[in-house]
Amino acid sequence: MAKSLFEERLNSGKFLVTTEIGPPKGTDISEMVHHIELLKDKVDAINVTDHQSSVMRFPSLGGCLLVREHGGEPVFQMTTRDRNRLALQADLLLAYSRGIRNVLCLTGDSVDVGDHKEAKPVFDLDSVQLLRMIRIMESGKDLAGNDLKGAPEFCIGASVHPATDSIEPQLIKFDKKVEAGAQFFQTQGVYDLDCLRRFMQYASQFNVKILAGIIVLASARMAQYMNDNVPGIVVPQAVIDELAGAEKGKGLQKGIEIAVRLMKMIKDENLCHGVHIMAVGREGIVPDILEAAGLEVSVHV
Amino acid sequence: MIVAEQKPLEEIRRLIAPYEKVLILGCGTCMTVCGAGGEREGSLLHSALRVAQTRGGDEAHNFLEYTVKRQCDFEFLDMLEDRVGEVDAILSLGCGIGVQVIAERFPDIPVLPGVNTSFMGASKELGVWDERCAACGECRLDETGGICPITRCVKGILNGPCAGSKSGKCEVSSDIDCAWVLIYERLERLGQLEKMRRYYPPRNFRTIPRPRRIVSKADIDLGGNDG
Repeated sequence: MAKSLFEERLNSGKFLVTTEIGPPKGTDISEMVHHIELLKDKVDAINVTDHQSSVMRFPSLGGCLLVREHGGEPVFQMTTRDRNRLALQADLLLAYSRGIRNVLCLTGDSVDVGDHKEAKPVFDLDSVQLLRMIRIMESGKDLAGNDLKGAPEFCIGASVHPATDSIEPQLIKFDKKVEAGAQFFQTQGVYDLDCLRRFMQYASQFNVKILAGIIVLASARMAQYMNDNVPGIVVPQAVIDELAGAEKGKGLQKGIEIAVRLMKMIKDENLCHGVHIMAVGREGIVPDILEAAGLEVSVHV
Repeated sequence: MIVAEQKPLEEIRRLIAPYEKVLILGCGTCMTVCGAGGEREGSLLHSALRVAQTRGGDEAHNFLEYTVKRQCDFEFLDMLEDRVGEVDAILSLGCGIGVQVIAERFPDIPVLPGVNTSFMGASKELGVWDERCAACGECRLDETGGICPITRCVKGILNGPCAGSKSGKCEVSSDIDCAWVLIYERLERLGQLEKMRRYYPPRNFRTIPRPRRIVSKADIDLGGNDG
């Protein structure tokens, strides 16, 4: 039996669409709830980010609970930046007990790129060790070998970076994540489909699902900012030029156009198993993007 | 070696403010090599403090200046006995270890730290020091091509690079090499990439229950007994 609805969908063979929501900085969750309502029946799963870019926010776990309460299928993004192995295991137990069944295991951005630069970086585990820890917990033990009274079960995923200029070390890590039990991967934002093709030639030997990351850009300036400041993001110059060429005030429209074009090409070529849309603070535009790309999901109501 | 930076002059002036007679105590080992608190730096600091005092005109300190071979070694501290007897405080230019050993040796005299102890490192070029060892207590440099991921990766992770690595540089700064790209290149050169493909389990932090102590297993007999 599938461990989660999302795992069922991963194994269904259909082209998958997931997206993500960044929780608010504060207690006002109304906008997040609005976005959950807007997206829950249009995508196969909703990730909730875990202090994305190391900026302190409402927790990922709390966001996932809300996704559940509103009838969506959450993917609990979990980084190892802020919690040691005790806290990670505890949160996983809570998540499971409340019906959260999908976890995306991430190392997390460095504290230095965020808004609490003086905080102690934890990194007691890395992403590979987190994946393995979850599999150990599923066997009924905690990481210290003690018996659990009730074991969790999760559909687990990880991230991969197919567009980096030093791909070999990344592929070694990818292999380790597969070995550790990752069932699905969300890639960093992809713009260069040749990179994705090359990566898929490699990845297709493994029985894992790959969702191509689609970051929706709103302007050439945003693209440049992300290149300079956001860990791992590489927006090619051609894309920046295309955004810069947009009419004044039409940057976002151009960004959506680029995202839609990429998504259509990925789907038409059947390049990978789906897409993961990152609208970075503009979750409200995701339904339009889905419609424009012809990727509206209708079966998940 | 241990690398440190001398504290800013204003901070040192605040530290010594309550004390009239202050011994500026340099250290002749690491602090001399890294230029944070050797004999020369002690002397320069002495001059700077006197100039600042003259300009400020509101403090009246008397300074003594001396440098021992190693502040972290009790055997080099006996010679301080006479000098220490006449001062109100010791401004140590030793590393954090030196400051504490001085404090333990002279329990009746306040010891003030004159440097910020930074890390264990090596000199990259003249005047540039890079951290190289985190004293994790469980050396794995054989597995990582002689490049320490715990020290040189910002996240200290053990199973390969994070996704923040760009053009071989760290996500935190383009001045920092990605340790895992360096490790990859070095292991490839050595024909040992299988070491990187191996899974490394979570670190054992029990190797560093603070404070740590090592009791030598070697037969240390300084008695000069031959037979």
